[in-house]
Amino acid sequence: MSAVHITLAWHDWLNLFGHYLLLSLMSLGGAISTTSEMHRFLVEQHGWLTQAQFNDSIALAQAAPGPNVLFVALMGWKVGMNAGSTAAALLGVLVTMTGILLPSTIFTYQVAQWGHRNRELRAVRAFKQGMAPVVIALLLSTAWILANSAGGSGARWPLWLLALISCLVIWRTKLHLLWVLGAGALLGALGFV
Amino acid sequence: MTSFSPPAPAPAPPAAPDRPHPGSLPELFLAFTVLALQGFGGVLAVVQRELVDRKRWLTDEEFIEDWAVAQIMPGPNVVNLSMMIGARYFGLRGALTALAGMLAVPLVLILLLAIVHARFADNPQVAGALRGMAAVSAGLIAAAGLKMSVALRRSPLSLPWCLAIGAAGFVLVALLRLPLAPVLLVLGGLGCVLAYRKLR
Repeated sequence: MSAVHITLAWHDWLNLFGHYLLLSLMSLGGAISTTSEMHRFLVEQHGWLTQAQFNDSIALAQAAPGPNVLFVALMGWKVGMNAGSTAAALLGVLVTMTGILLPSTIFTYQVAQWGHRNRELRAVRAFKQGMAPVVIALLLSTAWILANSAGGSGARWPLWLLALISCLVIWRTKLHLLWVLGAGALLGALGFV
Repeated sequence: MTSFSPPAPAPAPPAAPDRPHPGSLPELFLAFTVLALQGFGGVLAVVQRELVDRKRWLTDEEFIEDWAVAQIMPGPNVVNLSMMIGARYFGLRGALTALAGMLAVPLVLILLLAIVHARFADNPQVAGALRGMAAVSAGLIAAAGLKMSVALRRSPLSLPWCLAIGAAGFVLVALLRLPLAPVLLVLGGLGCVLAYRKLR
């Protein structure tokens, strides 16, 4: 295990909370879009997480069921574990998850309610439909960045091939996602990708 | 007998046909929990299949529009989407219920996974399996983007404009790694202005 041991004072917890509150409002296009900023803050600036712990948090959240935003909870958990106790880890989850969710959910709820009441307005329709191309581009970009950052020491082309084939299978067939994920896990465990 | 005729059924308003919808808050909570637990590597594809294709709580158009808003707003997309869908049926209580359904059980599960994973993190098979699943996740997200691009056919923007904006967005964000906010502001703003001029 490549853990670090850190000490967190109460103002460090506040700092962490405040940072996630800010990130929440900056997380246009999803929490995953702020990962580079989280990396700068947690790994480079404060050293609260190791590079491997950071990568594992994202990979585990991808592999586990549930919304991807739970990678934030995992980072909070690991920061707390590095600080030395399960209680601190639970505090880490509470601080990071509340921080990343509170501002954005309040804001989004208000805006969405307003938009729903005024859905016939030309400006509201123009917003929803005019955003569609860039929204789709963002999804494809996220896929690209994820495929690029899937770590490993070997050649990269098997990973890309696997991503491409999974994309085609999921896009074009009704096969359940679990089969595709299971196949990916198996290929990885056997050392093919 | 002819003098008595049963009251004619009220004609359904054409804009809002009698559609399936969640009957109670527990049903809503359960639906979102089940949905979240099926979503490996992202829940979006599952939301579409469960709520639009199977339960028919939303039409395709409603889903795409809600998704666009959920994606533009700050915050995790699927969390935003679940709040908006919950709010359609039960207001604020619905939004909070859907949110809790989406997060509560998966959160407990992922923490348990993290504890297990910490013991096996150095195992090359486990690391390889995670790497393989990450590649599949990338494919899954790309497939969701491709599926949604079908909606562009009904867009007020012309196809060349859609392609130009989409391609520019991909180059700026994925290849040049520019920060998201200015890209959204400029390209999204351009799309909105073009759509505004076409709509009336």
